[in-house]
Amino acid sequence: MSDTPEKMTTVLVIEDEVQMRRLLRVCLERNGYEVAEAATGEEGLAEAVRIQPKVVLLDLGLPDMDGMIVLKRLREWSQAPVLMVSVREREDDKITALDNGANDYITKPFSTGELLARLRVVLRHAQPSTAATVFSSGNLQVDLTTRTVKISGRTVKLTATEYALLHLFVQHAGKVLTHGQLLREIWGSQDVQKTGPLRVYMAYLREKLETNPAKPELLVTEPGVGYRLVLRE
Amino acid sequence: MALRQKRGRLSIFFGMAPGVGKTHAMLQSAQREKLAGRAVVIGYVETHDAKATNALVKGLAQIPCRQAPSGERALDEMNLDAVLAWQPHLVVVDELAHTNAPGSRHSKRYHDVLELLEAGIDVYATLSVQNVASRADAVQQITGVTVVETVPDSVLDAAEIELVDLAPAKLIKRLREGMAYLTQNSELARADFFREGNLMALREMAARLVAERLARDTRSYTEKMQIHGPLKSGHRLLVAVNPGPVSEQIVRWTRRLADDLNSPWVALYVETPRPVARAAQAQVRRSLDLAGELGAEVITTTDDDLVRGLLRVASQQNVTQIIIGKPPGPLWRFFQQDSLLRRLVRESGEIDVHVVRGKDEPPAKPPRPWPIPDKSTGAQYLLAAAVVLAITVAAFIIGPFVGGPHAVALIFLLGVVVLGSLVGRGPSLMAAAMSALLWDFFILPPVYAFRVTHFEDGLLLGMYFAVALIMGQLTTRIRAQQEAERLREGRATALYLLTRELTEAGGLDQILHGAVRQMEAAFKAQVVVFLSDPPDQLRERAHPASTCNPPGEEQRIAGWVFKNGQRAGKFTGNLPLAEALYMPLKTSDGIMGVIGLRFRQSFPPTIHQLNLLDAFMQQIGLALDRHRLRAVSERAKLLTESERLSKTLLDSMSHEMRTPIAIIKSATSNLAEIKETDLSGPQQAMIAEIQEATERLNRLVGNVLDITRIESGHVKPRLNECDVSDLVHVAVTETEQELAQHPVTVDIAPALPVVPMDFVLMQQALTNLLSNAARHTPPGTAVSVNARIENESLVLEVADRGPGIEPESLTHVFEKFYRGTHAPTGGTGLGLSLVKGFVEAQGGQVRAKNRAGGGLMFTIRLPVDRIPPGSDETDL
Repeated sequence: MSDTPEKMTTVLVIEDEVQMRRLLRVCLERNGYEVAEAATGEEGLAEAVRIQPKVVLLDLGLPDMDGMIVLKRLREWSQAPVLMVSVREREDDKITALDNGANDYITKPFSTGELLARLRVVLRHAQPSTAATVFSSGNLQVDLTTRTVKISGRTVKLTATEYALLHLFVQHAGKVLTHGQLLREIWGSQDVQKTGPLRVYMAYLREKLETNPAKPELLVTEPGVGYRLVLRE
Repeated sequence: MALRQKRGRLSIFFGMAPGVGKTHAMLQSAQREKLAGRAVVIGYVETHDAKATNALVKGLAQIPCRQAPSGERALDEMNLDAVLAWQPHLVVVDELAHTNAPGSRHSKRYHDVLELLEAGIDVYATLSVQNVASRADAVQQITGVTVVETVPDSVLDAAEIELVDLAPAKLIKRLREGMAYLTQNSELARADFFREGNLMALREMAARLVAERLARDTRSYTEKMQIHGPLKSGHRLLVAVNPGPVSEQIVRWTRRLADDLNSPWVALYVETPRPVARAAQAQVRRSLDLAGELGAEVITTTDDDLVRGLLRVASQQNVTQIIIGKPPGPLWRFFQQDSLLRRLVRESGEIDVHVVRGKDEPPAKPPRPWPIPDKSTGAQYLLAAAVVLAITVAAFIIGPFVGGPHAVALIFLLGVVVLGSLVGRGPSLMAAAMSALLWDFFILPPVYAFRVTHFEDGLLLGMYFAVALIMGQLTTRIRAQQEAERLREGRATALYLLTRELTEAGGLDQILHGAVRQMEAAFKAQVVVFLSDPPDQLRERAHPASTCNPPGEEQRIAGWVFKNGQRAGKFTGNLPLAEALYMPLKTSDGIMGVIGLRFRQSFPPTIHQLNLLDAFMQQIGLALDRHRLRAVSERAKLLTESERLSKTLLDSMSHEMRTPIAIIKSATSNLAEIKETDLSGPQQAMIAEIQEATERLNRLVGNVLDITRIESGHVKPRLNECDVSDLVHVAVTETEQELAQHPVTVDIAPALPVVPMDFVLMQQALTNLLSNAARHTPPGTAVSVNARIENESLVLEVADRGPGIEPESLTHVFEKFYRGTHAPTGGTGLGLSLVKGFVEAQGGQVRAKNRAGGGLMFTIRLPVDRIPPGSDETDL
């Protein structure tokens, strides 16, 4: 899994558990990252200013201040991608974090493979895109200039809304988009409770794009949070 | 707060006079109701042995009457308690206007009926037009019969009215032919009541009353249905109640006008410093009570000036028309009243003033000779006599030295003036008379003789009287004003003391002790307090703050007051033979108890006392409200605090337990992914064991935390519109590995709508059901998941072809830590109770049953058609 190491990319780990920090250091360094550690929110913010990390791994449950506040303070001046670490019951926190500028989240307990994959995705998005006009993942191909969508080379006709939705996913490929974000972007809706239209259009999109709509492999559901367009080779 | 069932409905069979067949019509209707299967009983019926009526009574259960002793004979009265105990659907009660025998619970039968309605029993009753309160005057004018038994219009307002009509000629014929009992009815017969002319007028009156009702019902119907109709008049009437006997007539007149204009009305009594006799106060109270019964808002206010008080309240209440009575009286009173009316008309500005002349007042009592009663005591007369005698002796001795008799007369005059300023009118006049006589006898020549020879002497004598009269009158008036002022001051002080005591009171007991203390002082009465045992029972024991302990039957009165929210007991219309006056203690949360007052005075409380009593009850109610709200807010604070604490505790537990698991998992996964070091087969197997155990531990911790959250009420579902097939697929994908050895079929009904649910909770519920199936069924057996809509509910079924469970266990599978007898080890025993908790938190339900053909099936039902409630835990 660790075959494409990023060359000396600095990861700032803000995590109060010393054991977890040690473990993450071993794992990340073995995969070619440079690791900086911080045990508290304050320390993390200071460290972020000092070393300007390429990516931040931020635990939501910090002893001195809420991870959310650290995120907000960080976002005031830094665009460095932030990967949140959270526990299962905190769906609301995940959504709030994503809406507040976190790039993705990972749920404890996680395997190192999962962590590295997420890190790669957020880092990829952080790099200025090389104006790629054709996006592809698995058997999906989207030509952003001609607005054509192909599955295994076959052109698929999408309605305007479906395309807008897919376009949004392509722009944030590999990243989870919350219901609220999707509703606001596509429907301009303020009422995040009314997810009905979104559910319906997601079902349409899957019907047209997935090989087996019952087992989505491209557009996967993140329970309670939103959807993610999965990146595949 | 007393829990009330639905109020019963009152139907009144209404006619122009006795004998038109009201009872007959009522019994016919009752028979129909009985045929329709309702429990109908007769509470009281007067058949007068008429054959047709007797026949109709047959087949209806009759509650035996209560024998009420009255003088030497016993009167039959409706047995209210027996009817209440019987609890029929419908009770038939004849003669709504009947006055009950003394000693009955209520003085009037319609009070009995109101209590029946309150108890949720429908009532059929009969009533003649002459017994309607607002029509009684008119009937008296037409027929000359004074009607004593009246029913307030408010009773009719809430009733369905059925008019029983008969042509007057037919009625007279019917009477002649046999319904002798009516012609024996002495009073009516004597007054020649059943003349055709009378009956025609009464018939018109009855028909008009019903027609007015119809018009009003139509009006309220159009209003309710928002049909665009004639606008409301926008009028607001105010009737000025004064102590005169015509004021009741004026009140009725106003009610009719208010009915015609469809406008609200206010009855106002302005209390001025002029003292009012007790009888007149009772009259005012009666008029105000009548106004209240007829639907007016009753207000009393205090002002030095009647007109100013009237206009002040009128403008506060946005009144458009004032109605005031013009009592007939002697000329000088007319002028007095006249100036008042003139001022009212002049100063009323935009408000219209109706001056209504009271009609045919019963032979007026002679007008009181003095507008202000003199309250001089015997001591004052003695003082006056003593002073005059002393002056006489002094004058007799010093008279010769000071000059003529006229100089001495001035000394007498001085005495009269001084006395006049000290004592009342009576003693002053007496002093004047004595002075005149003594001066004439002892001083004025010829001495020792009552003779006046010169005109100027006569003038002087007259002067004594004039001065005495003026001074005495002034003094009396000042006294009266002082007295009124003192009383008002006393009331204000009493109220002030009460509010102070209530504000300072810290708890319920202190509030009640303070209230009792102040009431005792203000009303010279013993006080008893009964509190309610929430929600709808009155405690039998009086509260310890009480200063008297009434016997058992009095407690029943208190219970009645509590249930009905009305005053009862001494000096009221309900159970007037009681020892004390009982009042409901009303708070914003319903009636909290009953306060009883055992007055030491024997006369009914004056209007001032009643007003003060109202104010007291209001203040005590407010104090209890304050106390209750404080308690509620404290409890709420405590609750949020403990909730916050337990949530914090849960969160920290979750963090503490998960962290080591996360570390183990990350570490082992790290180990498993190491490529460089070649791990041996047994080493890799061990890593796999650790990983599996970690997963299991993680699941267990998750389950334990979840069940704790459910039980402590921290699971707050966020209902969003969700795609059912998405839900099912996520759950199936999640359990793919566990169910690898089972063929899984998913059947989702086409075109399912989006359903409001908490996606995460539902997914966990489904996942738990699927892993349950995986663990409890042998490999190779089928597992199926179905989703469809049925009866406005989303139905999700998870079915297996495993061994199923014993029928007696079906209800227990959702219990915590319940494990089937054949359950394999490794489960937590929490999975299914979590399913139940998650589903029920969203308003759904889950059931388990054995399938035909073997296997177990779980069914989840979620309501489809509901609006996702706004949640404060929104995504933003």
